[in-house]
Amino acid sequence: MLQLLWLIPILPFLGAAINGVLGKKFPKPLVTAVALGAPFLSLLLALGCLWEFSQGSQDSFELTKYMWTTGDLSIPVAFLLDHLSAVMLFIITFVGFLIHVYSVGYMAHEEGYRRYFAYLNLFMCAMLLLVLGNNYLVMFVGWEGVGLCSYLLIGFYYDQPFPPYAGKKAFIVNRIGDFAFLVGMFALFANFGSLTYQDVLPKIVANPGLVTIPYVGSFSLASFVALCFFIGAMGKSAQIPLYVWLPDAMAGPTPVSALIHAATMVTAGVYMVVRSNAIYQLAPGVSLFVAVIGALTAIFAATIGIAQTDIKKVLAYSTVSQLGYMFLAAGLGAYSAALFHVMTHAFFKALLFLGSGSVIHAMSGDQDMDHMGGLKKWMPITRWTYLIGTLAIAGIPGFAGFFSKDEILHAAAANGQWILWAVGLITAGMTAFYMFRSYYLTFEGEFRGTHEQEHHLHESPPSMTIPLCILAVGAVVSGWVGLPKLVSAVNHFHHWLEPVIASPGGVSPAEHEMGSGAEAGLIAIAVLVAVAGWLAARSAYGGNKGLATGNAWAARIPVLHRLLLNKWYVDEIYDVLIVRPLAALSRFFWKAIDTFVIDGAINAGAFLTELTGDVGRFTTTGNVRNYALYFFLGVILLFWWVAFG
Amino acid sequence: MSAVPISWYLLLSAVLFGIGAIGALTRRNGISIFLSVELMLNAANLTLVAYARQLGSHTGQVIVFFVMAVAAAEAAVGLALFIAVFRQRHTIDVNRMNLMRW
Repeated sequence: MLQLLWLIPILPFLGAAINGVLGKKFPKPLVTAVALGAPFLSLLLALGCLWEFSQGSQDSFELTKYMWTTGDLSIPVAFLLDHLSAVMLFIITFVGFLIHVYSVGYMAHEEGYRRYFAYLNLFMCAMLLLVLGNNYLVMFVGWEGVGLCSYLLIGFYYDQPFPPYAGKKAFIVNRIGDFAFLVGMFALFANFGSLTYQDVLPKIVANPGLVTIPYVGSFSLASFVALCFFIGAMGKSAQIPLYVWLPDAMAGPTPVSALIHAATMVTAGVYMVVRSNAIYQLAPGVSLFVAVIGALTAIFAATIGIAQTDIKKVLAYSTVSQLGYMFLAAGLGAYSAALFHVMTHAFFKALLFLGSGSVIHAMSGDQDMDHMGGLKKWMPITRWTYLIGTLAIAGIPGFAGFFSKDEILHAAAANGQWILWAVGLITAGMTAFYMFRSYYLTFEGEFRGTHEQEHHLHESPPSMTIPLCILAVGAVVSGWVGLPKLVSAVNHFHHWLEPVIASPGGVSPAEHEMGSGAEAGLIAIAVLVAVAGWLAARSAYGGNKGLATGNAWAARIPVLHRLLLNKWYVDEIYDVLIVRPLAALSRFFWKAIDTFVIDGAINAGAFLTELTGDVGRFTTTGNVRNYALYFFLGVILLFWWVAFG
Repeated sequence: MSAVPISWYLLLSAVLFGIGAIGALTRRNGISIFLSVELMLNAANLTLVAYARQLGSHTGQVIVFFVMAVAAAEAAVGLALFIAVFRQRHTIDVNRMNLMRW
């Protein structure tokens, strides 16, 4: 079974190729069969591989399919299944397949049904390649592949003005990060001549080199690479300052937001940091930077999420915020906590996005929560599953998000980073507030939309509600694999990941012990804050208030509310500071350099040639004797040159 | 019998070549241009045989035969061309054959 590991990414690729290239004349059921069949087979294969892997005793399984060699460069196209990629493999194939099923219902009435599934299958291929590669280059291929699919799917509704713009924005912002990722890979390759994890990571621990950048200073190689990789992760995983593309990426179809922009692709950066944890442990300064950026992103995005009224925007900022949590954990050295949050987040955020998609589907495309309300009457399944997702993300005990979030806060406290802990705690409270706000505005109270919309309200078809139910189960139980020490002696998730977390000098990182009393106290504080957020949301938006109380609260802080509503004007600031100067520079190069200098040089050459012709043609008189004279003079010149030259 | 010095031959050849060149450039009648060209060719031939004798080599003499053969062929083609032109235009004044120009 493990020998078939390579088929897991290839099958969705075949699905994409069959539907995308050959599927023009396919009837819709056949398109659906191919689109669902490919990821389903991948899921079965993945489960088989995971079963066999977990039964075996080895720490990793490598499968080299091909050696790509040019000159000195030799990169294996090889797949690696270890305890880390196993977790990602499970998330991607399982959540991915459910979202494929959901999409069948969600996209049923859309144009471009076949195109959508071709892109979605291609995304699965790239994402699986990203996590299954055994070296950074294969990861990078997948990394770029998911970026491409993200771009294609954000701009899926290409006949409207905004989605293509958002797609381009995502692509370009990601390019900044990808550049740094490449530089990091070059640094590794230049020093060690290899990009394979199991080759490079021990080497960088053994010989920590030095990188000198002219005029900037010297860094240890590990710090340099770690920083480069983290900048790459900033782009892909939407961290400050490169997070701006993710909220706009909601222009794509909602299942895409669930799969790509919540559950899988945006966690690729976290995966990369955890994968490179040996490097990050050698770079404590960069790690602290990662943690600080993560914490800042978490709280910053949460503040914006509070004021949004578009249900998908709320979820988008909440995703940015939760990604910040993951980096906070990774930066603190709690790599397994980071990955734990990746997993639980994949379940509850996919669930929330799909739930919002179900609502939007019923609302005929309207995403404004101000128009919703009371939907629990029409959509009971969506309502209950959305509520479970909300409880999970808010960190209510028993639900998945509680366990992973608690572990991250615990890591901050255990490391003595009390400021980061406080930031995380406040963010948790704000998360509970804005998520319950979205729940109350959407499902409780009376319907506030038009009669036309009310007439159309309906529960979604089973192809959409069944994935919701399965994910809701996941949003509860996926947290139970990593129980805190208070409850369980063994944290199974930690234990599972132990082989892939490097421990330099035999010291396991960031496992500072705390007394169980202190731990219980911290958990109690976190739960209190979450419940406080819930109650605040309930008092403002519960019952049948709609946005009235919320707006009254906002009216008391008009400046702050304006700032939050307009996302701290970050897009505008970027526009003035970066986009416009860059556009002006581009225009300068276009008009002054390209049009004037380059085109000018070519046109001048053409003009000179024409001028020479215009003058020179007068020598062609048509008179034979003139030609004879030229010839004769030429001969004389030639002889002169031979004799005296 | 004292041999004629080579400089005399060369001088004669140069004079003949000069007359031929000036004739080729200044005459307007096609046949006259032809004759001038023949004159230049034979001036060159004279140089070749003079040197052949001076250096005791046969190479120059052989080349002369080649030149004469080429000259004969050239005369045949050239005369045929002029006859064709004359049939069309009733003149062989080269100043009036100036259609091929800008």
